[in-house]
Amino acid sequence: MILSGAEILWKSLQREGVDLLFGYPGGAILPAYDAMGSYPGIHHVLTRHEQGATHMADGYARATGKVGVAMATSGPGATNLVTGIATAMMDSSPIVCITGQVPLPAVGSDAFQEADVAGVTLPITKHNYLVTEVEDLAYILREAFHIAGTGRPGPVLVDIPKDVQLAKTEFQPPEGDIQLPGFREPGPVPAHGVTAAAELIAAARRPLILAGHGVLLSGAEAELVELAERTETPVALTLLGKGAMPEEHRLCLGMMGMHGHASTNHAIQEADLLVACGMRFDDRVTGKLATYAVNARKIHIDIDPAEIGKNVPVDVGLVGDLKPVLARLLEELEPARHPEWMESIAVRQADERARDVVHAGHHAERLLAAEVMHALWQLTGGEAVNVTDVGQHQMVEAQYYPHRRPGTLITSGGMGTMGFAIPAAIGAKMGRPHEEVWAIVGDGGFQMTMAELATAVQERVEIKIALINNGFLGMVRQWQEFFYDQRYHATPMVNPDFCKLAAAFGIPAERVDRVDGIADSVQRAQAHRGGPFLIEFMVEQHDVVYPMVPAGSDLHQMIRRPAITAEGMKWKPASTR
Amino acid sequence: METGKHTLIALMENRPGVLNRAVSLFRRRAFNLDSLTVGRTDCEEISRMTVVVQGTRAEAARLARELERLVTVIRVEPLNGRPAVERDLALIKVTATPETRSEISQLCEVFRARIIDVAKSSMIVELTGTETKIEGFVELLKPLGIIEMVRTGLVAMGRADNVLDRNGHASSWVAHRERVQAERRAGEVS
Repeated sequence: MILSGAEILWKSLQREGVDLLFGYPGGAILPAYDAMGSYPGIHHVLTRHEQGATHMADGYARATGKVGVAMATSGPGATNLVTGIATAMMDSSPIVCITGQVPLPAVGSDAFQEADVAGVTLPITKHNYLVTEVEDLAYILREAFHIAGTGRPGPVLVDIPKDVQLAKTEFQPPEGDIQLPGFREPGPVPAHGVTAAAELIAAARRPLILAGHGVLLSGAEAELVELAERTETPVALTLLGKGAMPEEHRLCLGMMGMHGHASTNHAIQEADLLVACGMRFDDRVTGKLATYAVNARKIHIDIDPAEIGKNVPVDVGLVGDLKPVLARLLEELEPARHPEWMESIAVRQADERARDVVHAGHHAERLLAAEVMHALWQLTGGEAVNVTDVGQHQMVEAQYYPHRRPGTLITSGGMGTMGFAIPAAIGAKMGRPHEEVWAIVGDGGFQMTMAELATAVQERVEIKIALINNGFLGMVRQWQEFFYDQRYHATPMVNPDFCKLAAAFGIPAERVDRVDGIADSVQRAQAHRGGPFLIEFMVEQHDVVYPMVPAGSDLHQMIRRPAITAEGMKWKPASTR
Repeated sequence: METGKHTLIALMENRPGVLNRAVSLFRRRAFNLDSLTVGRTDCEEISRMTVVVQGTRAEAARLARELERLVTVIRVEPLNGRPAVERDLALIKVTATPETRSEISQLCEVFRARIIDVAKSSMIVELTGTETKIEGFVELLKPLGIIEMVRTGLVAMGRADNVLDRNGHASSWVAHRERVQAERRAGEVS
């Protein structure tokens, strides 16, 4: 069968099982868009900005476990993908980006809308390609999907010059296994290391498991719970590890790190053994490395050999897919109990509940983000898929919305990409249409990608949007309050009327400024069908996320919630113009 | 931990952009390179890189793992003091007057360097050897007046059974392209 490059592209996407992709057309990718009409099995979502396409593909990938696909034209279209690609790279999310490129004879001539996107994205992709022969295209696409989705997932970019899209060749679907001599897939479970790890676990008196995104990517939730229960080892979660274990479980300590629970951070510092599962000792998790968990031996299990010993020296490093590694480890573990250890953690937890936790509904005249999140948790039964943006609301969600199931929190962790939530929520909802998907977003991040509301309306995507409006770039304001002598430079925002703005998009919207108004609005949002629904929560401007480990400080040196906050805080709700 | 020089050897796919990826990695992960050489091997699809990096042994091992993570890098091995031969090649243009020519050629004899070009007032000398040998030679030539100099950087190979195994073959699409091109050639002939 003689096909053009453009037709081979769609045929290949079909063969990879792609039925949905997100993109934005332009000159150099037009042959591909022209051929799209002959492949009606693939639904193309027109975004309002290419960054939105990558976040949607990312949200879709995280929600479904499948590879997400984004498409853009050359030059500015391709460079607009960069933030989304870097986000996917940092959080190990499998996406394939297809970009148009100027025709090969023009490459290197500074042609109109030419950018060296393979060069630009080289350090932020797992791999990328510039296709120079139409004969290579089917194979390159096969490889691209394989690389994106295998091992530690990540983004792959395929840059296709316009003349390659137009050139014709005999289409032979790639057959047999992918042969990539330099691409290492997870190997067998390292037996020697497993025994060494089991010995450390058996000898530990204050063991602690650190569970990260890798648990979810590997599908090792059951093994994790079994490991925790059999050896009575409590589990601390990274931000992206939320959902790896039901947070109501008595052994689950919730989130660790900069805005983690104080009791959890103390437990890490006091532990005599850390079992790190699919996490990478990010600086937001460790605080100052020199004083991090100095009493603990460390076992690190990760699929990426380059992560072992990168930030924290370890006693036992196990490279492999977490699920089989944990299964193998469990074969060597006897039941154990650590009552004293659990008791000491419980004491800290009680102290934390009294000191740090905002209890909902105590003050009818003001609204705190924590109260909104607690109410959302109650009203959704803790079962919603939450897609959060970046900043205070993101940390408040992580603290006040205990997740029960894997894949119910989608957030930009490593990159901390503001503007992620709205497009990623659209992608997540399109990937899991039967779930209740909430985009939880601050007023700052919302305005970065709010153009994608039009995409949601056009595609009738039923996302619920909780816009947490405090009239500030809240997390930056918090840093200014703590570390920059309250010089609030460039953080107050004069915002548009978000409800009117939503109305302009054709989206029903409500404003809530009291705790007792939350339930009705949320229930109306839940009942709404046919498109998005927005609730603007007017929350306290000067609220701060506690506890906080200042960047570069010891993990146990946390700024705790001052006692006066509960009653004496001078409060000022965000206002509309 | 003690810092020092560490030599790594790597096999990479011989296609465009592969070196770029490796260099980008060194820059991005802030590794301090002493030298870097890349060249062909007996196998057309594979090129071989020798990297000398400054740092601790653990850092060198981490660089090896980071390099191996690149899809186009087939294998990486730090030499880690195993028996190996290491060679650097230098071309040195040195001022040569009738009075100094014999001194230069004597030095060359001692170091087994070769004089490969003689001009009116200069000579080009070629020396192959370990880094220390070259540095020693350069020190002796300096008083005579070095006009210009170039070194290739280190290449290394394990002795005897210390072999960096090639571990496979070219990628699917490279193999496919070769098949297509062979078919085309066959078509043109018939």
